[in-house]
Amino acid sequence: ILHSLVQTGICVITLAESHPVLQSGKTIKSISYQISTNCSRLQNKVSGKFKRGAQFLTELAPLCKIYCSDGEEYTVSSCVRGRLMEVNENILHKPSILQEKPSTEGYIAVVLPKFEESKSITEGLLTQK
Amino acid sequence: MFPLTEENKRVAQLLLNTGTCPRCIFRFCGVDFHAPYKLPYKELLNELQKFLETEKDELILEVMNPPPKKIRLQELEDSIDNLSQNGEGRISVSHVGSTASKNSNLNVCNVCLGILQEFCEKDFIKKVCQKVEASGFEFTSLVFSVSFPPQLSVREHAAWLLVKQEMGKQSLSLGRDDIVQLKEAYKWITHPLFSEELGVPIDGKSLFEVSVVFAHPETVEDCHFLAAICPDCFKPAKNKQSVFTRMAVMKALNKIKEEDFLKQFPCPPNSPKAVCAVLEIECAHGAVFVAGRYNKYSRNLPQTPWIIDGERKLESSVEELISDHLLAVFKAESFNFSSSGREDVDVRTLGNGRPFAIELVNPHRVHFTSQEIKELQQKINNSSNKIQVRDLQLVTREAIGHMKEGEEEKTKTYSALIWTNKAIQKKDIEFLNDIKDLKIDQKTPLRVLHRRPLAVRARVIHFMETQYVDEHHFRLHLKTQAGTYIKEFVHGDFGRTKPNIGSLMNVTADILELDVESVDVDWPPALDD
Repeated sequence: ILHSLVQTGICVITLAESHPVLQSGKTIKSISYQISTNCSRLQNKVSGKFKRGAQFLTELAPLCKIYCSDGEEYTVSSCVRGRLMEVNENILHKPSILQEKPSTEGYIAVVLPKFEESKSITEGLLTQK
Repeated sequence: MFPLTEENKRVAQLLLNTGTCPRCIFRFCGVDFHAPYKLPYKELLNELQKFLETEKDELILEVMNPPPKKIRLQELEDSIDNLSQNGEGRISVSHVGSTASKNSNLNVCNVCLGILQEFCEKDFIKKVCQKVEASGFEFTSLVFSVSFPPQLSVREHAAWLLVKQEMGKQSLSLGRDDIVQLKEAYKWITHPLFSEELGVPIDGKSLFEVSVVFAHPETVEDCHFLAAICPDCFKPAKNKQSVFTRMAVMKALNKIKEEDFLKQFPCPPNSPKAVCAVLEIECAHGAVFVAGRYNKYSRNLPQTPWIIDGERKLESSVEELISDHLLAVFKAESFNFSSSGREDVDVRTLGNGRPFAIELVNPHRVHFTSQEIKELQQKINNSSNKIQVRDLQLVTREAIGHMKEGEEEKTKTYSALIWTNKAIQKKDIEFLNDIKDLKIDQKTPLRVLHRRPLAVRARVIHFMETQYVDEHHFRLHLKTQAGTYIKEFVHGDFGRTKPNIGSLMNVTADILELDVESVDVDWPPALDD
């Protein structure tokens, strides 16, 4: 599956194995897509074949915030320039999926890059609060 | 028998003097049967002149003894009544000088600009037919469409006003609708000539069209005054070169007041120097449709040509392997391929195959026996082992509707080879056999998201049947609703298809091979052989 994604240019943003949240012992308390007072990634709505209305993302644009039970807070950035297609609402309802299946069902977001060049799937960077 | 009668004389003389040809004169005298128009031009001219030079006394005699062929019987009787009422005992005919009529022998008609002069006669028709024959089309009937320059309507209008005024003096009651339309008279004359020359009937429903377009550059500006008086009739449309289309000109002529028209346009119309020019003579055949069902045996063949940035990524395609042969045999300009859904490059289509229909655009050859179609099918099948075709047949345009109905409404069955990360036993897959009409929700698969809108699709898996292969493999046969993404149902597409085989079995599953076993559409009709 991964190969065909590369060809079409769609990027699925997932956490890298090395991410602190994925280390043993960490429990996720909650995940929020409200990245600022005015912007929630959940409000992202695309319509039509050309995905009008998508929020535009730069490499450093925050996608979500992860709150852990030990008080730590992590912000996941897009790392990819492009338009936001969707964020994974499954991890909102069941944050453990993010840790159990970070590369598949626990994905963070789907981004459509600008010129749809071949891109390999990139992994989330760590930004501590 | 000459079709004009006594009461037509004044109008006929007036029109002839002002430069109108015999056939147009007939039209404005309401001659509505075909025979007179078909006589040769020179003969008509002679007969007309003879008719007009008849002496006054002979005129009266004619009226008194009813002529053998009466066209306007009622009006004839009316003018006889007028005679007796007036008490004059004579019809006063103003004998307008006959010298003018002699000069207008070969002048270009000021109303039809030559259309009803040389352009409806055998020589011209022969020329057109030569072009038709040279074009290489096969046809058993034809529809003839002719296009005249819009300024003809303006001249027609002016001539009508002239005739109306003249008839008013005689209190004749020929209405606008009694005037024979130029195009109608033109077709009366030319249709039999075409039929005779090409040996086929003229049929309005024919798919083969011969079209002739006339233009008259000299008088192109005749219409322009209408734009000043009725500007709202002439809105520039994007596709049209000139704003002065036939429709727009007719609309304006209906609106414009008589006085305004006469101020701007000469009545009678002036005589042009040259006849119309033939802008184009074209032939075209309406599309024909061929349908069938195809099997796909290659796991490396796209449905349509796969070209990125001008570079072909994979050799050939289903549509080319079938259509290229049809294109050649039907000698068509191009084709449009459509099918009842489609499969991925790496998916085979087995069973009875998938219905398809091909529209062949502007075909030069259209008549094939069912034997010839069978041979064509054999030819296609012999030329490639990647695809095979069956039930190939000619169909009507309704075919396309059947295709799309099949794509959206009919079920399909599949066979998939599935891999699991966890080791499985036979009993682990048995429960799948018992699941009926499973409802699933599929977000637009990531692999097509770049070209499809993002949406969630509710679909139904009607039934499943499993075949254990080994600890990490099993075969799944399934019947699904139209529009179900099978691969995503197996691997889950990042959890965006729910439920999926992985979630049902609590494993990570992936699909290794997929085959379409059947497309449950009973169209096109199966043929035996």
